[in-house]
Amino acid sequence: MKKVLHFASVALLGLLAWQAVVTFGDLPRFILPGPMLVFSTLWTSRMLIAEHAVVTITEVLIGLGLGATLGFASAILLVASPLARNLLRPMIVFSQAIPVFALAPILTLWLGYGLWSKVAMALLIIYFPVTSAFFDALMRTPVAWVELARVMNATPARILWCIRVPAAMPGFSSGLRLAAVYAPIGAIIGEWVGASRGLGYLMLLANGRAKIDLMFAALIVLAVLTLVLHAAVDAVCRRIWGG
Amino acid sequence: MSGAPALRLTGRVTIGGTAIFGPLSLEVPAGRWTCLLGPSGVGKSTLLRLFASLGDGVDFEGTVGASDNMPLAGRVALMAQSDLLMPWLDVTANVTLGARLRGTQQPRERALDILARVGLADHGTKRPDALSGGQRQRVALARTLMEDRPVILLDEPFSALDAQTRARMQELSAELLAGRTVLHVTHDAAEAARLGETVLLMTREGITPVASPPARVPRPYDSVETLAFQGRLLRQLMETV
Repeated sequence: MKKVLHFASVALLGLLAWQAVVTFGDLPRFILPGPMLVFSTLWTSRMLIAEHAVVTITEVLIGLGLGATLGFASAILLVASPLARNLLRPMIVFSQAIPVFALAPILTLWLGYGLWSKVAMALLIIYFPVTSAFFDALMRTPVAWVELARVMNATPARILWCIRVPAAMPGFSSGLRLAAVYAPIGAIIGEWVGASRGLGYLMLLANGRAKIDLMFAALIVLAVLTLVLHAAVDAVCRRIWGG
Repeated sequence: MSGAPALRLTGRVTIGGTAIFGPLSLEVPAGRWTCLLGPSGVGKSTLLRLFASLGDGVDFEGTVGASDNMPLAGRVALMAQSDLLMPWLDVTANVTLGARLRGTQQPRERALDILARVGLADHGTKRPDALSGGQRQRVALARTLMEDRPVILLDEPFSALDAQTRARMQELSAELLAGRTVLHVTHDAAEAARLGETVLLMTREGITPVASPPARVPRPYDSVETLAFQGRLLRQLMETV
């Protein structure tokens, strides 16, 4: 309750500051619309925004699911096979030197204007944090646990599955939490580069037509969606792995 | 326990050229409780780990094995200073960890029976973080018993417990591990005086046996005989350092 009150008062303060800037700065509505106007646009255009939001949510959720699965599997592979570690790790790190943003046009070229180029963007942007967080956690299994398992005649594969993976789940969770925040960024970039649907597309369209109030309304919806996604992932991780 | 072998080790250990111990020779009698007493840093744990095939990080020149010349792998159970419980498993699952790790069926009935013997019958569904330090170490003891191995290696398993809990754990362990070949590494003279049917003193110079009193283990912590033995052990420890 205290947390909610705290959050509400911060939000209210932010809105007041926003309105003050618009009122006293005498800014035209196509430069910075006030919060009242943005919220009224949010209400009147709710069907339009919802339609596009559903597209973005779908892209984000598929990207998150695929990215998490791929990241999980990659980290396991890297830990299980020294050969894979030697070959793939430098490649994965090098791939991070390429700005994902720069890949968006190529992905659109390869995968088309539809859903999958955005899913690929979301996937690419979350793959590294998930893989890296889980891999690091897998490499940090307490040595004494592994030794106990060895004395109990466990094979390396059983040690990995019964001890190292469960012990590393908090690390996987922190990767997922990051992914929940990054995945919408990937989807939006994909939509900016080339799309006919989605919140990113709507924002670009509204911007081009000087409907800044609609752009802000879409932006608010996107921010809220990201926060909800993060909270949901956090809640699931806590429930399953307690951390 | 029938078929519990004696343990033998001869040789020396170095780590990157630095001598840790030896050359020395050690014989742990079959089916008895042997305390290896010594100050920190003389290589007691390293020596114990050699019997568990955990000597990865050290250079060992010599032989280590059992009196029956059969391999020790698969006949050894280990209990360390830390309880090593898996925080994501409940108590019963922790006790049956060995079966889970070997991919064999988990004998639940036996696990519950052993939990009852260590006095934790009502705690089977709890997670380790809901237990006290003493209870956690009793779960570790239950897990060790569950393995049902003839050779038990104890690496200061009671040193992190408070005095009262430690005394109880010593009694419980002595009772439940009786008949097995136990090698118990400790730096506590009082503990060795209570538990050691054979007490070996390990110093930089090597290993020397110390004659122990005839009373059955666990010896009473407050008997004159135990206290005198404790004093004698401590004196010998002091003289060597």
